[in-house]
Amino acid sequence: MIFFIIRRLVLAVFLLILVSMITFAIFFLVPRLAGQTAYQLAAQYVGRSPTPSEILAVEHKLGLNDPLYLQYGRYLKGIVAGIHYNNGTDVSYCPFPCFGYSFRNQQPVWPQLISDAPVTLSLALGAAVLWLIGGVSIGVLSALRRGSFFDRFSMGVALAGVSLPVFFTGLVSLELFSYKWSIFPNVHYVSITSNPLLWARNLVLPWITLAFLYAALYARLTRAGMLETMGEDYIRTARAKGLPERKVVIKHGLRAALTPIVTIFGLDLGLLLGGAILTESTFSMPGLGQFTILAIQNQDLPEILGVVMIASFFIVIANVIVDILYAVVDPRVRY
Amino acid sequence: MAGSMLEVRDLRIHFQTDDGTVRAVDGVSFSLDRGRTLGIVGESGSGKSVTSMGIMGLHHGTNAEITGEILLDGENLVAANPGRVRELRGSKMAMIFQDPLSSLHPYYTVGAQIIEAYRVHNDVSKQAARQHAIDLLGRVGIPTPKTRVDDYPHQFSGGMRQRAMIAMALSCDPELLIADEPTTALDVTVQAQILDLINDLQSEFGSAVIMITHDLGVVAELADDILVMYAGRVAEYGSAADIFGRPDHPYTWGLLASMPRMDRARITRLVPIPGTPPSLIKVPSGCPFHPRCRYTHLTGGRCDTEVPPLREAGTPGHAAACHLTAEQRRQQWDALQAGKVPGEAEEPVSQGPVSQGPVSQGRAEA
Repeated sequence: MIFFIIRRLVLAVFLLILVSMITFAIFFLVPRLAGQTAYQLAAQYVGRSPTPSEILAVEHKLGLNDPLYLQYGRYLKGIVAGIHYNNGTDVSYCPFPCFGYSFRNQQPVWPQLISDAPVTLSLALGAAVLWLIGGVSIGVLSALRRGSFFDRFSMGVALAGVSLPVFFTGLVSLELFSYKWSIFPNVHYVSITSNPLLWARNLVLPWITLAFLYAALYARLTRAGMLETMGEDYIRTARAKGLPERKVVIKHGLRAALTPIVTIFGLDLGLLLGGAILTESTFSMPGLGQFTILAIQNQDLPEILGVVMIASFFIVIANVIVDILYAVVDPRVRY
Repeated sequence: MAGSMLEVRDLRIHFQTDDGTVRAVDGVSFSLDRGRTLGIVGESGSGKSVTSMGIMGLHHGTNAEITGEILLDGENLVAANPGRVRELRGSKMAMIFQDPLSSLHPYYTVGAQIIEAYRVHNDVSKQAARQHAIDLLGRVGIPTPKTRVDDYPHQFSGGMRQRAMIAMALSCDPELLIADEPTTALDVTVQAQILDLINDLQSEFGSAVIMITHDLGVVAELADDILVMYAGRVAEYGSAADIFGRPDHPYTWGLLASMPRMDRARITRLVPIPGTPPSLIKVPSGCPFHPRCRYTHLTGGRCDTEVPPLREAGTPGHAAACHLTAEQRRQQWDALQAGKVPGEAEEPVSQGPVSQGPVSQGRAEA
């Protein structure tokens, strides 16, 4: 088991290096191959209407004329040790871990990511708890009462859930619960450290909106999985032992049906931690999703590069955790 | 018959489906005493598994309609509330299933599954239950049970898995053990071991055993009594010696004639039963076996109109549901033994010696 985890972790590190290479190539190699000069490339790393001297300064600072392996090495060095961007007169220091330096905002990307991450984290984790509990329990009940009114009703709602986009359900819930009935007035993000109660209250609508989408998906998945496992021979064995039906369902049925749910849950959560773009935009929450949108609108390449690295980091980590969890859940996987 | 441990009276298990009523079990009666083994024989879909699941109360929660009586020590399980039947399940009556790999939960260790079975019905500590599980595994012939108890089912071989299933079934010293085709999914070499094990444990625990199988060879080895089922009904019921020595029903004849036998010369041709088992939704009128029976011309057209009652003919306790008279049965069986199959061109097929049947010596007179 220990070796299994170590092997997964080593693999994850390689995967992250590979991801960094590919992202780096997309941002630095592909434009050059397409015929952009270092000067044109540098033009994208400065403010909206830069003067030629500003562009030249950035071109020097970033070392865009250096060979590509040097640039990549510098990029990696920044991540692990921090780096000085220096062209003689203007020194900008980007401390460890340096995921790039935004010349538009005149500051390193990492602190911005760090300040925005808790927002996304609050949103994603809270919603994840909701959709996991809600989706799985609805799925189990639907499977046990297959064909009943409850089953048909909840599967109908689930179909709506997977079909309706977040910006629709989110806006409708805002309109009804925030503006019309003032149950959750003035929804905006408050950090958990400053006011935990307000933090939770203001997050209720975003949580429900995001959870609704995923809960619908998970309810359908759980229902399908439960219908399959409850027909297995080992369920009959569990009943033949004389176990109470509740134990048969949860300990024997759900346990087996949960394996694919765990897999997809890890991946969904990992993906969301990189930014819940639609939900954050709908509720104007300053998380990584908002950050990404703004970076793209401003064509702030270092910021985009940084957020891509962070997002892929979350996904790789989520994959490792899923792999390990999988081995915990299903003993046949422990190779 | 009164006072038997298990008495099943006129058991009917029907399922309502969109295509109609499935009469999976339609009026089955038998009884079983402690220490005895009943073999239930029949083709797929003859209702033998449905009967055993009915005794275990495993149809609860499905759309099964069960009527009749299942008396376990005088307690009617059909009328009892499901909670009571659940208490008896696993403690007083236990079941072994066909495919031990799919019947064991893949995510729990073999030990955990036996411990669970033991602790549902016995208020003991985890340590005590674990020791019990180890003892049981040792008793069913698992080597080094102390370490194997923590293995998962996929780390066991097929035969060992079935041994573990048996250990689980025996965890609460059941008085009734139902084995539903326990050897079908196993290698031939392992089959005999498992049957021996069940036989040994039965004499050790003194429980009653119902052995469900489509393999006459299995019941020949183990059963005291045999119930032959066809289309959800009893075709023939009697002691193993009677069934193998002087079977009274054309369906049983068909089963015996289609089985290779060690005690006959090799030139004896196997005679298959023509046709396929009937649909349980539209059971043939009259005798359900008549469309496949070779002897319908002997009864004056009653076979497709009148349902033959199960009645004794000759030996007491040996009954068959057939319109043939006792005399006709005797003649036809003797003719069949001589290798004459009615409706086929007379050819001298068998010159082989005819002995008393494949019933193993020790158990035939048990």
